[in-house]
Amino acid sequence: MKNCEYQQIDPRALSVSPLSVQSHTEKKEQRPRRKWEVFPGKNRFFCDGRIIIARQSGVLPLTLGLIVVTCGLFFAFDCPFLVEHLTIFIPVIGGVLFVFVVTSLLRTSFTDPGILPRATPDEAADIERQIDTSGSSTYRPPPRTKEILINQQVVKLKYCFTCKMFRPPRTSHCSLCDNCVERFDHHCPWVGNCVGKRNYRYFYSFIISLSFLTSFIFGCVITHITLRSQATKGLVQAIQESPASVVELVICFFSIWSILGLSGFHTYLVASNLTTNEDIKGSWSSKRGADDSGNPYSYNSIITNCCVTLCGPMPPSLIDRRGFVPPDEAIPAASASEIELPPFATKNDANMCTQSTKDVLERMIHSSFEFNGLCPPGTPKTTPLVLEVSSAAAPTAEPSPPAGCSRQHPRRPALCPPFSRSNKSDSLHSINPAFRLASPSPSLSRSTLILGDAPDISFNQLH
Amino acid sequence: MRHSASLANKVFIQRDYSEGTTCKFQTKFPSELESRIERTLFEDTVKTLNNYYAEAEKIGGQSYLEGCLACATAYLIFLCMETRYEKVLKKIAKYIQEQNEKIYAPRGLLITDPIERGMRVIEISIYEDRGSSGSSSGSSSVSGSTAR
Repeated sequence: MKNCEYQQIDPRALSVSPLSVQSHTEKKEQRPRRKWEVFPGKNRFFCDGRIIIARQSGVLPLTLGLIVVTCGLFFAFDCPFLVEHLTIFIPVIGGVLFVFVVTSLLRTSFTDPGILPRATPDEAADIERQIDTSGSSTYRPPPRTKEILINQQVVKLKYCFTCKMFRPPRTSHCSLCDNCVERFDHHCPWVGNCVGKRNYRYFYSFIISLSFLTSFIFGCVITHITLRSQATKGLVQAIQESPASVVELVICFFSIWSILGLSGFHTYLVASNLTTNEDIKGSWSSKRGADDSGNPYSYNSIITNCCVTLCGPMPPSLIDRRGFVPPDEAIPAASASEIELPPFATKNDANMCTQSTKDVLERMIHSSFEFNGLCPPGTPKTTPLVLEVSSAAAPTAEPSPPAGCSRQHPRRPALCPPFSRSNKSDSLHSINPAFRLASPSPSLSRSTLILGDAPDISFNQLH
Repeated sequence: MRHSASLANKVFIQRDYSEGTTCKFQTKFPSELESRIERTLFEDTVKTLNNYYAEAEKIGGQSYLEGCLACATAYLIFLCMETRYEKVLKKIAKYIQEQNEKIYAPRGLLITDPIERGMRVIEISIYEDRGSSGSSSGSSSVSGSTAR
């Protein structure tokens, strides 16, 4: 008996069945959900999906706090003296820089960095079919890379097991946010978000304006202390009169090195049209030989590279946070989550492993014991699950408390087949409240898809 | 005239990365559509879409101006103004709808706007007339279900 059998997903199994229409009417009273509520990545949403931020806001409050405190001290203690002795423009310039820094920071943190929505089950099935066209039944994970030519240079595209697609070039999967991000630069804890295609220019303007701000404050504070010590004839006395300046001095001194260094590094990256990710990995370094390497995305002109990266057209957000989840996709997901693999048990082969991700296999092993004995007579034919959800849940069982005004509705639809065991459903749903919404776990979603293809034992009545 | 159609299959047109990361779709004619639509019509649709996307992502004077203006206003200008990309996306949506109505729906096909699929694929759904074929899809592209 084969324990693990690699099954292709049959697209026929994904079409809507007449049975789902029944549950449709029972669902009418449930309010339409917005797509951010069923988003599978580890992001948090505020203000009904308008604001997106990574799961761990990281050090963002600290960053904001430091900036606000330093500028506050500057305006309160240094500016009066400097306005009196020098010019009114000092607080004006400081104010403008402060506004720039804070807006860039907030923009970087709250903008979608270029998240790629996960592949729909149909797409994932199509890709798997293409790479496993021999139809062999032995267990074989899909190949991980695909080579393509970009500007006459060979580039490898990797297959993302979480998002179930081949990643476009320059895209990388952020494990902290559990999303594939286009033109992935890095995940910045100071900003509390990934830096990618859509917010790189905000990030760059943040660090540049922050460099100017810290240098400006540093210079002004030094000037202030110098002038004051000349007036009071003593450095120590000057410091005693204005202790806040010392605080600012210390903060600025330590941040200037890192901020200026970072600005210089990112200026280099912008000029050569590279990402931090590519630079660190040395993707286009010349150690492999001159004819092989070379950045295929560069325009070979510093000015063009800068203009394209910073002033290029702004692509739209692909995840459509505030759109509504189509009702016909939401409902079968409800019933699928209800049924929780009873079709699994109807298979003559006891345990069917359905796809290639390692963690899904592990989950299968853990939960396979619970699946025996469920035998629903009228399993609806599986339908495409809610959009971005047919993928792996978080590997660690880490329930996240909803934060801010983000709400994650427990997915406990009214329709509740008598045979489902609530304790099992709880264990399966415990992974992450967000995943409760559309799919208990990838293993389940996968297997329901595959078993739609199963021999007509339990599915005849569905046709 | 009322006829019920059921979704038989879906064809996915993948992205063409030969010119970099700009949005462009492959114009290769999928075999599943051979009996459904003329090759030239299909290729025209995809080429027009590619042209629209190229227009949206074009780098030149206008996009630089938009970028610099946005930067100068601390990106607040996007609260009242639509970016050029968004304008082109609206044109694309209209074009796809028009193509669906005129060309694809009469042949039992439906194009899904790539933006709804994260700009990864153009999804073309193939519908079978329920009256004409007893069960769902007889399409040759559905390769072996091994569980039989």
